[in-house]
Amino acid sequence: MNSLQLPIGEISEQTGHLRTQIRDFLQQEKEHGAFVPKCDTWLSGFSADFSRKLGERGWIGMTWPLKYGGHERSAIERYMVIEELLAAGAPVAGHWIADRQTGPLLLRYATDEQCREFLPRIARGECYFAIGLSEPNAGSDLAAVHTRAEKVDGGWILNGSKTWTSGAHHAHYMITLCRTSPYHPEKRHEGMSQLLVDLTAPGVTIRPILLMTGEHHFNEVFFEDVFIPENRLIGVEGNGWKQGMTELAYERSGPERFLSTYPLLEELINQLRKKGDKHLIAQGSKLVSRLCTLRQMSIGIAHLLEKGESPDIAAALVKDMGTKFEQQVAEIARLLIPTTPSTNAANRLDQLMAQAVLHAPGFTLRGGTTEILRGIVAKGVIA
Amino acid sequence: MNDVTKILIHSTTKIMKDVCTKELVNEAENGHWAAELWGILAESGMTTVAVPESLDGTGGSFTDAYHILRLAGKYAAPIPLAETYMSNWLLADLEMPVSTDPLTILCNEVEPIQFIRTQDGWQITGKAVNVPWARYTKQMLVIGEENSRSSLAIVSSDDALIINGQNMAGEARDTVILNHAAVAESRVFSIEAKQVKEWLLYTGALCRSVMMAGALERILELTAAYTSERTQFGKPLHRFQAIQQHLAAMAGEVTAADIAAQSAIAANEHTPASKAIAMAKIRINEAAGTVAPIAHQVHGAIGFTHEHILHQSTRRVLSWREEWGNETLWAEKLAEQLMQLADNELWPFLTEPVVSRQG
Ligand SMILES: Cc1cc2nc3c(=O)[nH]c(=O)nc-3n(C[C@H](O)[C@H](O)[C@H](O)COP(=O)(O)OP(=O)(O)OC[C@H]3O[C@@H](n4cnc5c(N)ncnc54)[C@H](O)[C@@H]3O)c2cc1C
Repeated sequence: MNSLQLPIGEISEQTGHLRTQIRDFLQQEKEHGAFVPKCDTWLSGFSADFSRKLGERGWIGMTWPLKYGGHERSAIERYMVIEELLAAGAPVAGHWIADRQTGPLLLRYATDEQCREFLPRIARGECYFAIGLSEPNAGSDLAAVHTRAEKVDGGWILNGSKTWTSGAHHAHYMITLCRTSPYHPEKRHEGMSQLLVDLTAPGVTIRPILLMTGEHHFNEVFFEDVFIPENRLIGVEGNGWKQGMTELAYERSGPERFLSTYPLLEELINQLRKKGDKHLIAQGSKLVSRLCTLRQMSIGIAHLLEKGESPDIAAALVKDMGTKFEQQVAEIARLLIPTTPSTNAANRLDQLMAQAVLHAPGFTLRGGTTEILRGIVAKGVIA
Repeated sequence: MNDVTKILIHSTTKIMKDVCTKELVNEAENGHWAAELWGILAESGMTTVAVPESLDGTGGSFTDAYHILRLAGKYAAPIPLAETYMSNWLLADLEMPVSTDPLTILCNEVEPIQFIRTQDGWQITGKAVNVPWARYTKQMLVIGEENSRSSLAIVSSDDALIINGQNMAGEARDTVILNHAAVAESRVFSIEAKQVKEWLLYTGALCRSVMMAGALERILELTAAYTSERTQFGKPLHRFQAIQQHLAAMAGEVTAADIAAQSAIAANEHTPASKAIAMAKIRINEAAGTVAPIAHQVHGAIGFTHEHILHQSTRRVLSWREEWGNETLWAEKLAEQLMQLADNELWPFLTEPVVSRQG
């Protein structure tokens, strides 16, 4: 059996000052009305202004090299900044994906020229990316991707479509997983490549898909004979599957996998304290304990990632348990304080509750479903 | 983790594997004292860890002691190791030399413990239930009052009336009756009872948390192994998706329990009675409630038998989750701290560093 023990790691003292800085900044922004804390803001909280402000303060691309507009800070410092942003319910959706996964992907696989072109703009909080993986017939079974690019003089011609693309309507570019060799049922993982697609290029159509709440956060993206210049291939032709999988590793163990409903928990504890009923707070404190453990697991993984290890199984665990926790927060909160949840309620708790309940189904689907993650974990346990 | 700790873990694991067998644990349940296991641990200094050598201890850190306890929990060791550590640490605090004998602490008193002065010492009267391992100990630490002054006494176990009892895992949890038990002046100390009891509660909870983390790991190991061995419908159990889901759910709980225990151990080096202990006991108790039923479900009927070893660990975690505080008790302790916060102070409370940087 594989050992699943994770190291305990504090967020070290050097980051103390940084923590104060970001807390002060967030407090000011809230006071100026720049944002109202909401649940699930890394999917749904878009603010170009706010992204730019974070860029100005050096809080995007924090770990990247200076020459690409990064700030060469540690992964743990970055962790601290993003957990503060999420806990505050700040509008980070614009740059989230570019900062979390596109940047690291480019640093690992892209050419110097490509890095120089995109990374500085991302780090300034001015350039956003979308994830182009899922297709109508390729969900959990991602290797069923059929979007294809045909080689032509000076580049490729892209045809096909992507779906569930979060933030494509705000994004400037999409890293698109597509076939650059014909689909082969026996060799499904071969012949795929990652192309960096300009979403304003002729032949790209973006159509909203509304969430069950009527909100617009994700989209269908169609490609009809879109010309992709040669220099927009990321990494190696035919290596798209492997590159795409590395991208996923950055997705699974971060604090966004258990803090999506944190603003609700904070407000719940505020309200319970006002009621002064210790027994009710005690129920809330069980959630607090679970949250602490998840955070410790996630920080443990961040330390392993920084050391160059790839704790895939543990990352899958954090995502599975963290997203379940995000859902539990709402389920337990509703039993402790009766609410009338509504996204446009006057009462904050009612509002946050509605945001949490209505966004909850997505938590255990996006970034790999619970069932798929458990398959990964079980295989690791038996290995 | 430093090298000394690693060596300790290595040698304790070996002792446990060699001596703390399934048969030994079963026999202990039938009332047989695990003298050999205790003897080996005592000889190798494992029972007096985190007590300075000047007081006859082995030295080492509390963290070392908790690592040993984790293994005692993992291998279901039927001995009062946690109770002896706690007693020895209290004694060391009073600058009393410690011993390698099995010790316990009188907790769960149902009749107030009274200290009465006599010409040449004290007489102690009172009653406590569910005292861990009392019947096998040489001495017990007893906390009580005399005219609203609190004291701690070292009482010879021979001077107590002990009525055998047990927890769900068949571990000795005895009723202890003290009826004018005589104790010499030199063995009674003035203490702050409230503080000492609080220390006991937190330390007891940490001991059980750590032992549970070990036992939960064992349960996962047993279950994972079983799903590879057992074949139905022509394939090993772990090839069935429903079983994979169970394994994954278990693995998550076990990993969470482990890190909660580790964090509490680390926090405890800096701040005794920390919120990390409260959170660990809550979280690990919850894990026990999830992991034990899954393990039995996956094992089928064989795991429900006495013959199989699984129950030695599952009955333990289910017993230990009630000892030194269930989820409700600890949730209320934590709630007391949460009540003190101002609005929107939960996040700073949560992220407050409890551990200084680890090597
Ligand atoms: C809010 C949100 C945002 C998203 N954003 C993006 C994005 O930006 N870019 C992008 O590319 N995609 C995005 N997605 C898509 C997401 O990655 C997919 O929803 C996910 O991979 C599951 O695919 P599916 O929805 O097609 O479900 P399916 O794969 O059809 O699964 C349906 C059900 O069957 C189960 N199932 C499937 N296969 C197995 C199996 N082998 N064993 C056991 N159970 C199985 C699943 O767990 C699920 O319960 C987003 C999704 C959501 C909800």
